[in-house]
Amino acid sequence: MFYREAGDFKVSYQQDSQTFPIKFDRYRYYFVLVVAFLVIPFFINDYMANALLLPFLIYAIASIGLNILTGYAGQVSLGTGGFMAVGAYAIYKLMTAFPDVNMFILVIVAGLITAVVGVLFGLPSLRIKGFYLAVATLAAQFFLVWLFNRVPWFYNYSASGQISAPEREVFGIIVTGPNASAWATYMFSLIFLTASAIIARNLTRGAVGRSWMAIRDMDIAAEIIGVNPLKAKLTAFAVSSFFVGISGALFFALYLGAVEVGEAFGIQKSFLVLFMVIIGGLGSIFGSFAGAAFLVVLPVALKLVGVDLLGWPTDIVSHLQLVIVGALIILFLVLEPHGLAQLWRVAKEKLRLWPFPY
Amino acid sequence: MSDQLIFSIEVFLNGLMAGVLYSLVALGFVLIYKASGIFNYAQGVMALFAAMTLVGIMEGQVPFAGLINATFGTEVRNFGWTVPAFAGIALTVGVMIVLAWGVHQFVMRHLVGQDPIILFMATIGLAYFLEGVADLMWGSEIKTLDIGLPMGLNETIDRVTYEMFGYGFFIDNLDIVASVIAALLVIALVLFAQYTKQGRAMRAVADDHQAALSVGIDLDFIWVMVWSVAGFVALVAGVMWGAKSGVQFSLSLIALKALPVLMLGGFTSIPGAIVGGLIIGVGEKLFEFWVGPLVGGATENWFAYVLALIFLVFRPQGLFGDKIIERV
Repeated sequence: MFYREAGDFKVSYQQDSQTFPIKFDRYRYYFVLVVAFLVIPFFINDYMANALLLPFLIYAIASIGLNILTGYAGQVSLGTGGFMAVGAYAIYKLMTAFPDVNMFILVIVAGLITAVVGVLFGLPSLRIKGFYLAVATLAAQFFLVWLFNRVPWFYNYSASGQISAPEREVFGIIVTGPNASAWATYMFSLIFLTASAIIARNLTRGAVGRSWMAIRDMDIAAEIIGVNPLKAKLTAFAVSSFFVGISGALFFALYLGAVEVGEAFGIQKSFLVLFMVIIGGLGSIFGSFAGAAFLVVLPVALKLVGVDLLGWPTDIVSHLQLVIVGALIILFLVLEPHGLAQLWRVAKEKLRLWPFPY
Repeated sequence: MSDQLIFSIEVFLNGLMAGVLYSLVALGFVLIYKASGIFNYAQGVMALFAAMTLVGIMEGQVPFAGLINATFGTEVRNFGWTVPAFAGIALTVGVMIVLAWGVHQFVMRHLVGQDPIILFMATIGLAYFLEGVADLMWGSEIKTLDIGLPMGLNETIDRVTYEMFGYGFFIDNLDIVASVIAALLVIALVLFAQYTKQGRAMRAVADDHQAALSVGIDLDFIWVMVWSVAGFVALVAGVMWGAKSGVQFSLSLIALKALPVLMLGGFTSIPGAIVGGLIIGVGEKLFEFWVGPLVGGATENWFAYVLALIFLVFRPQGLFGDKIIERV
């Protein structure tokens, strides 16, 4: 009824190539932004922030990062947890070394450091392809976690071997440490997520994104038509690691506060983010959001139903969660390999014809 | 001979034994990969699942006891009987065959012809699913697996080496048994693949699905069979690892090490899996012994992966793998 392009005339190229060509979509997008920036901060409480919103925002950044590498450039990575750890330790070292610098700058620098590390571990991708590469990225995962565990310089020689975020402020508002209020951490992460999504969206539809997709679809053919595989693959690794690093930094500084590296950034985290990307949809920015939301909400919902409603013991519910996540992955790959994003696309197509389908 | 050298020899031998176990897990990967092009990440969890099932059956546990108790408020734990080891193994093999059929019927059959990476991700999903099911069925606490294999220090080797070097080597009996069983298993697999009708059919499928189909080989049957054989290999690996260090979740993580083993040896080669396993086993033990103390220890966590990574840069198809030919 309202959801159609009829009557929405485009009079410039700019309008023609905008992200949301349908007016309804555009308004929905503005509406979501307004709610996220101007409404939620006033209603947020600690439980909402810590159980749902913060993990969602942070994992969404990580999913966007991995989606660029896996979904757009076709390089499967199982090292996301390791790269998140790089971001976390980078921000920790930066926060303790430069206590007066604005946190925004520090987070971005942490992302850049991760990008450098990502490129380093991305170098083998020029020789190794497909799941050989997936296994090779495991080297990054295990080596980085080991490094942060064993080299005391990274955790400032603290006795416990853990790192914990000191209190820092942005423009006079505390964003890290135990005294940070829920809305401040929420807003800080939200700004990064919004920026990441906009940057990722515009990169992936520009020249760089096209070269990534060409490499993904067929690397040799892409090389023959003039895509430089070295440049395409390494930029994919760099950009992807940049976002993953930012999410790792936020995950540590804002969400967890104190981190034991093997626990927080182990191989399980790599799989979790990969699952978000698969369930959400490979090669879709919206999919990254959907996947992150789904896998953040699922355990909370299961806990509500299983533990609180049915009164099952926690360990059974957590096992059940494994079964459900595993089954969902398989189900998605069998039924809808393009994930939630594809379901959303199909729904939109249906909506355009509604209520008079031919 | 200097002490360091003698210790190194002992470390080398122990590495060889650990390598045999890696090879066992890697063998399961190669079997499935050759026959169906699926890179089965769940192989490690299959080993865990098999070992847990074996323990559960032998101790007469009620499957899904936790879930049943939670739902109906009952207090069932055990059937109250124990099953002898070899009957337990037979039953577990049965379970693994049912599992193989289920995996093929409900997952892999629908994914035939998809990209290898999609298949790989499906097996990651399968790994999660199986792990959850195993925990739900038998409980997640660490179990001890005892099917009467000899354990502990081998005294003969200890005595002989003591007489030779003045220092007794510590070699676990279990490791020796594991090596013997692994060798037997490989011989049996080779004989099966070379001299039986099903084995030939399996090799034909590995060579070319469509050609195999056109000469009348039942693909479904072969694939279920291959998954069953891989399940059996997983059971053997699970029993060995389980007897060594208890049946627990880390079993499936140790099995992750089979991945670098495969990359080293090549995905398509059974000898490759074995040689790769031995190289990784010896390499990581020696590296930990020589370099580990200098850099803070626990290098075993990553050595295998980094070695494989460096190796792959120079030889992407592994030691024994088929040459990768790319065409547009």
